[in-house]
Amino acid sequence: MSYDRLIIECSKKGRRAYSLPRLDVPETALPDSLLRAEDAALPEVSEVDVVRHFTNLSQKNYAVDIGMYPLGSCTMKYNPKLNEDAASLPGFSDIHPLQPESTVQGALKLMHEMERMLCEITGMSAFSLQPAAGAQGEAVGLMIIKAYHLHKGDEKRNRIIVPDTAHGTNPASASMVGFKVTQVKSNEDGEIDLDDLKAALGEDVAGLMLTNPNTLGLFERNIELIAKLVHDCGGLLYYDGANANAIIGKARPGDMGFDVMHLNLHKTFSTPHGGGGPGSGPVGVVEKLKDFLPVPVVSKSNDKYYLDWDRPLSIGKVKAHYGNFGVVVRAYAYILSMGAEGLQKVSETAVLNANYMMHALKDLYELPYDRTCMHEFVLSRLKDNPENITTKQIAKRLLDYGLHPPTTYFPLIVREALMIEPTESESIESLDRYIDALISIAHETVEAPELLKEAPHDTPVRLLDEVSAARTPVLKWND
Amino acid sequence: MTILEGLYYSKDHEWVKLEGDKAYIGITDQAQLELGDVVFLELPEPGDEFSAGDSIGVVESVKAASDIYTPVSGRVVEVNAELTSNPERVNEDPYGSWMVVMEIADHAELDDLMSPEDYKAYCGQEE
Repeated sequence: MSYDRLIIECSKKGRRAYSLPRLDVPETALPDSLLRAEDAALPEVSEVDVVRHFTNLSQKNYAVDIGMYPLGSCTMKYNPKLNEDAASLPGFSDIHPLQPESTVQGALKLMHEMERMLCEITGMSAFSLQPAAGAQGEAVGLMIIKAYHLHKGDEKRNRIIVPDTAHGTNPASASMVGFKVTQVKSNEDGEIDLDDLKAALGEDVAGLMLTNPNTLGLFERNIELIAKLVHDCGGLLYYDGANANAIIGKARPGDMGFDVMHLNLHKTFSTPHGGGGPGSGPVGVVEKLKDFLPVPVVSKSNDKYYLDWDRPLSIGKVKAHYGNFGVVVRAYAYILSMGAEGLQKVSETAVLNANYMMHALKDLYELPYDRTCMHEFVLSRLKDNPENITTKQIAKRLLDYGLHPPTTYFPLIVREALMIEPTESESIESLDRYIDALISIAHETVEAPELLKEAPHDTPVRLLDEVSAARTPVLKWND
Repeated sequence: MTILEGLYYSKDHEWVKLEGDKAYIGITDQAQLELGDVVFLELPEPGDEFSAGDSIGVVESVKAASDIYTPVSGRVVEVNAELTSNPERVNEDPYGSWMVVMEIADHAELDDLMSPEDYKAYCGQEE
């Protein structure tokens, strides 16, 4: 039987994957009001069908454990298995968030130490591990910015500035928190246009959100001046940590002048993501914003760790319990196993790998911002492209080579953007394999363009008709 | 790319066609080319009032979702409901696919918009 079907289609009436033990207690009838009138519409399959169906599905999956996954601004680095060992220790995996503090001292200690380590890595004064992922981290950071201004009695600050290279979540988070958003342009070097920024600043500005390096993979060299301009007008600086993999161990947002930031543990600190696990987006702040962090805060007194709820200026609780604790354990294991020198090596190698690929590809692909990149770089269209092959077609063709495509069509300011972030995980051989595929595709574009127009050829599902799918979506499996 | 005579053009790639105090507003051929296949449109309600530069709706394609900005201030008197059920019309006939009709408040605002020649040069510059 074929398992290339939905499990409901494998169903045969009466098949079971379990058998209940013989009833050994008196039978009690349930009231009619609690009984189903008809059977639940669940698939009826045997155990072997269940196993084969899901194993078959899992084999169609692509993951960083299968091959290179160079999604720009997403840092799909390898997730060391040692992290999983640490998270599986019974002292971490078999505890409950509502246990008495005295019985979970080890877990609280880990959270406390993790906050201290993140402070050291970023130059912040305090961290909250609560936010579930990056976008929630942004929202929490912005709520803190808002709470700070309001606490000072400054009620006019209702505007957040974001550059046109920002992740889409930045303006979205600002809007969710009730701010208006002003976008500033990038200059020809791919950095914030200072004149445009100056024009956007004013006494109604609550803050600026910035990713550094930005989504073009370029370091904002004017960051100190930018920080001064924003601070001089009374605003705060938010650091989007999505690209922190380029700077860890080398430069710290706190030293650059940022006041609030988030880190993506699931990107920079090697925990599974992208369908492989929940994220974690700890938020860090400078000294003057400490009191606004979410409750509870892990504190220490007389050698005992406890959860401090008594923080009147706190923005409140933002996530059930204490965040995605298991993810924090994995990231903690990663930081300890890398050590300070290891983390420096991470950013050095990530930047080296990106520059290596950029130089190998820039003769064939347009490189709109041709300067030393950080951990990622953004290409545009093919230079020799008589058939007007699009980035989407290149990405689909990469699937035929058995490779996961890079981020496409982002950042928005680069036409037909192809954004590659190899990460430090990849050897020179795997970088070369990816480069060879992109070079080969560049030649196909001229010599056999139909290969690109029809791609992908070898995937379980071929080229999708996205337009019909969007205009007349079929939202039910079976009418 | 087609640019029609007799229309006013905005930097956000909207066109305005004036009939007395009524302004027909849509998106340009350049805009629909950039967006690709349009799959969804969200338009305002008749009676809504807007200032020039306000977002009056959203146009969504397979590639992206973009705001539609009104290049002129005024009150919406009519909305093209036929377009929201057939968004592909925007790709097929961008200049025939007006999205809203505004009763405009200030004719002087039209001076801030581009002529067909200026718009052509503007699109060339953006390339």
